[in-house]
Amino acid sequence: MSPGTPSPETQGRRTPGADLPDHPDRLWRSAEPKRAYDVVIVGGGGHGLATAYYLAKNHGITDVAVLERGWLAGGNMARNTTIIRSNYLWDESAGIYEHALKLWEGLEEDLGYPLLFSQRGVLNLAHSLQDVRDSVRRVNANRLNGVDAEWLTPEQVKEVCPIVDVSPDVRYPVLGGTYQPRAGIAKHDYVAWGFAKAAADLGVDMIEHCEVTGLDVRDGRVTGVQTTRGPIAAGKVALAAAGHSSVVAGYAGVSLPLQSHPLQALVSELLEPVHPTVVMSNAVHVYVSQAHKGELVMGAGIDAANSYRRRGAFHIIERQMSAALELFPVFARAHVLRTWGGVVDVTPDASPVVGLTPVEDLYVNCGWGTGGFKATPGVGWCYAHTVATGEPHPLNAPFSLDRFTTGKLVDEHGAAAVAH
Amino acid sequence: MLLIACPWCGPRDEAEFHYGGQAHVAYPEDPAALSDEEWARYLFFRDNPEGLFAERWSHTAGCRRWFNAVRDTATNEIHAVYRAGEPRPVIA
Repeated sequence: MSPGTPSPETQGRRTPGADLPDHPDRLWRSAEPKRAYDVVIVGGGGHGLATAYYLAKNHGITDVAVLERGWLAGGNMARNTTIIRSNYLWDESAGIYEHALKLWEGLEEDLGYPLLFSQRGVLNLAHSLQDVRDSVRRVNANRLNGVDAEWLTPEQVKEVCPIVDVSPDVRYPVLGGTYQPRAGIAKHDYVAWGFAKAAADLGVDMIEHCEVTGLDVRDGRVTGVQTTRGPIAAGKVALAAAGHSSVVAGYAGVSLPLQSHPLQALVSELLEPVHPTVVMSNAVHVYVSQAHKGELVMGAGIDAANSYRRRGAFHIIERQMSAALELFPVFARAHVLRTWGGVVDVTPDASPVVGLTPVEDLYVNCGWGTGGFKATPGVGWCYAHTVATGEPHPLNAPFSLDRFTTGKLVDEHGAAAVAH
Repeated sequence: MLLIACPWCGPRDEAEFHYGGQAHVAYPEDPAALSDEEWARYLFFRDNPEGLFAERWSHTAGCRRWFNAVRDTATNEIHAVYRAGEPRPVIA
């Protein structure tokens, strides 16, 4: 029996989650590395896969390999809390995140693959007078940039998400919140599989269990990569290695303004639908949604100390849980099913680095910190343009490496919504 | 959670400490003489190794003093702690 066929016993009675789509056995071909490619992408996560897809689709570049040291999309793409929104403060951020959101809105059709993209809205709560001022300012900035945003009173917050405690006698009372109705969640694995399948169908090689151990640089130009599966020559090399970007870029002598930290998340057991939207709180460091299957999905802040261990400190989880319980008293009897961590690469201004490097034909996409998932299609689109043309796309031009020299930072600590 | 041996107080939970990032980054002797690239490097670029890393900690819930540690960021094992002003110990 193929995996897509319901067994006779289950036909006719649908259990929660049974409307999740089934999958064919193989979505892409796991390729053997060739000796040379026009473009080698280092990192088979969401960003690497989306970049490969748009290189092939938008630019006709199909002699492309995606190298992944583990299994495809097993890093932060498998570990994030799948929140999608574009309500950042600055024009530069609105440009790239809103481009991503618009792509999300047509992505299932474009990839021909279900992504469970659900525009259930995102609430960002304010708990202090300063939070309120910053939030209202951000709503106004969003609107000027054509990004949907509303300021909600505590009563309106309660209408959108009835399980939020908006009573005034708690330690951090809810004084209101910003709301982006077009924001939401998607199923992260399906997003990765959708991009991988679509890219593979266009001729891109997916090469798993292939760790990059060196970058070949000759006369200031990258010519290939050294891997655990042998050397691979490359016309261009595009890094998309997230938490390990500093290590990989270091092989070419390129320094990046990154610090790698563990970031944790957790899920509850499956519960009936209680949480209709996504709630984030910058001040108390928690963000919660309910997955299609029914788990409450919660994220925490990063561990303060640098680490490449995919395991964070327990007191971070404790703080996250206490914050979640105060906001959602109904969670008190939920059980944690599992917790996990990933390694995120954080920049000084909480904005990414996407563009050229001092080494010719070597490109970098990193520094997305705690919020890279939402950008997946947008950055894939722009990074592919950058790699294909050798010039930054207008939407990622502000996120160049040299902004740290010019001083033209894009400070998104307020809107990044996770403690950095 | 890390167990960090404060050089003055002994081993305590990580939650008692505040992290200070890379150690031994000296303030430039003559900041005005730096190029934009050199100033950017001082302000924004820090080492980010997967391996041994000399870093600063402050025992905020204890003696409130700063000190340094050498920790392996791949394993979180702390190889040495030493007082501010002391040189980075050589780890075999």
